Amino acid sequence: MGNLDPLGLTRRGFMRVGGTLLAVAALPQKIWAAALRPETVFQTTTLEATFEALGGVPQVSDGIIFSTPDIAENGAVVPVRIEIDPSVLPDVSKLYVIVEKNPNPLAAVFQVPPNTQPYAETRVKVAQTGNLYAVAEANGELYMVQRETKVTLGGCGG
Amino acid sequence: MNKGFVRGIFTVLIGLWSVTLLSDTEGVFDQYREMLGDDNPAIFVIFDGEEIWYAPAGPKSVSLEQCDLGLGPGVVEGAYAQLPRYFPDVDRVQDVEARLEYCMTQLQGLTPAEVHEKPYSLRGDLGTELEALVAWIADQSSGLVIAPGQAHAKERATYALGENLFYYRAGPHDFSCATCHEQTGRRIRLQALPNLTTHPGAAEAYSSWPAYRISQGIVRTMGWRMRDCMRQQRMPELIMGSQASVALQTYLAVNGAGASMAAPGLKR
Amino acid sequence: MASRMRIRAQLKEDYCEVKALMRHPMETGMRKDQSGAAIPANFIEDVQVLHNDAVVVQAYWGAAVSANPFLGVRFKGGAQGDVVKVVWRDNRGDSGSGETTIR
Repeated sequence: MGNLDPLGLTRRGFMRVGGTLLAVAALPQKIWAAALRPETVFQTTTLEATFEALGGVPQVSDGIIFSTPDIAENGAVVPVRIEIDPSVLPDVSKLYVIVEKNPNPLAAVFQVPPNTQPYAETRVKVAQTGNLYAVAEANGELYMVQRETKVTLGGCGG
Repeated sequence: MNKGFVRGIFTVLIGLWSVTLLSDTEGVFDQYREMLGDDNPAIFVIFDGEEIWYAPAGPKSVSLEQCDLGLGPGVVEGAYAQLPRYFPDVDRVQDVEARLEYCMTQLQGLTPAEVHEKPYSLRGDLGTELEALVAWIADQSSGLVIAPGQAHAKERATYALGENLFYYRAGPHDFSCATCHEQTGRRIRLQALPNLTTHPGAAEAYSSWPAYRISQGIVRTMGWRMRDCMRQQRMPELIMGSQASVALQTYLAVNGAGASMAAPGLKR
Repeated sequence: MASRMRIRAQLKEDYCEVKALMRHPMETGMRKDQSGAAIPANFIEDVQVLHNDAVVVQAYWGAAVSANPFLGVRFKGGAQGDVVKVVWRDNRGDSGSGETTIR
């Protein structure tokens, strides 16, 4: 008795993956053409470099509603939520989640076509207490909001 | 000044002193927990556990389907909530891990050494079979009343042993469980320390393990939690399924009896 | 049949809300295991949410997204019974997916 067999999991996953890959390959090519991962932005190591890679320092906008916990019980899982007020900030097509003090500040990118609300909710790793940024891109312009999240060290248990 | 007056003043002063020292973490993480919602990755581990239960394993190539967790062979729903309990076939009290060890050796033909080789994940592991099994078994008691056996003399003796161990100071720091867990409203950094000698604290603790542990990304059992406490107290290793482990879990379960199970929980 | 994703899609006021929890270690590549050996990077890089086979959200993730990652999105035009799929691909080339119908 020992570990959950990682090979077993992969094996099961792979069988399903086989099915999925087939299904995915059958999807129209235009769907996958949109899949261009901004690799260079994920490689930056400072906030300044990340903004530069995105195209410049975003302007602060109150059209971005950024929810993060003031204090995270553990930095490995920090819930974040980005909503946009379209009356203040219309035409948002991309959202970025940036964690300033992470080794690589860019954590996630969300791209939406016009029919999708610019909205994203996820959980990110926050290496240490510091600022998180929600950046929105609309018509080539960048906007942002920042919030500080404190990351605590545990005691013993929990 | 009469004795009553002095006692009165003393009581008030102690009361004030306690209040100013109360520094629990109530409310600090409410916003964090609320944002996490009810999406607990433990659900994946629960599925794994169920699969493992029904999968033939060991030299005898038999599943755990005939394992009796206290409610009859193969009855899993509700079993965790009534553990630890006395089992006549082994003439002793067992918790879920001790019982699983028994089933694995008896039904599947594993040796105790094989069962004990790696019950708990190490850093970087994605989970062990034991952790998955306990996650599923506990989930099958979710919402049910914690009701460990106390009718049998050995069950009561096990509780007494657990209580003894709880207060037993040892190791280089001279710690006991009680050192951290017999007062209300204490914390280490922002980690609340439940008072495990009283019902509310014991209920909250016992009902929420096993739990998905965020910092490790895996499900951990109550047995592991106690073992890790011992490690941090610089005590000798608490062996899975041992009399000491069963006794401590019995102590906690009985103190928490009456509350509802809410496992697998979500922990730091 | 061990599931690797829990996915729910619910109609709200004027949008459909999708919540997906995925099973993936999201290993950064910076951790070491018990023996001191580096645990290789293993994380989801691309995620797509599809509604009736049209992409409604395209996400790119770094290793800083938490283990067993969560994704919540909203899109318009969904109707009860429509199929919503979430598909991911990680840096090792593995993929996973889940699907549900809108309720």
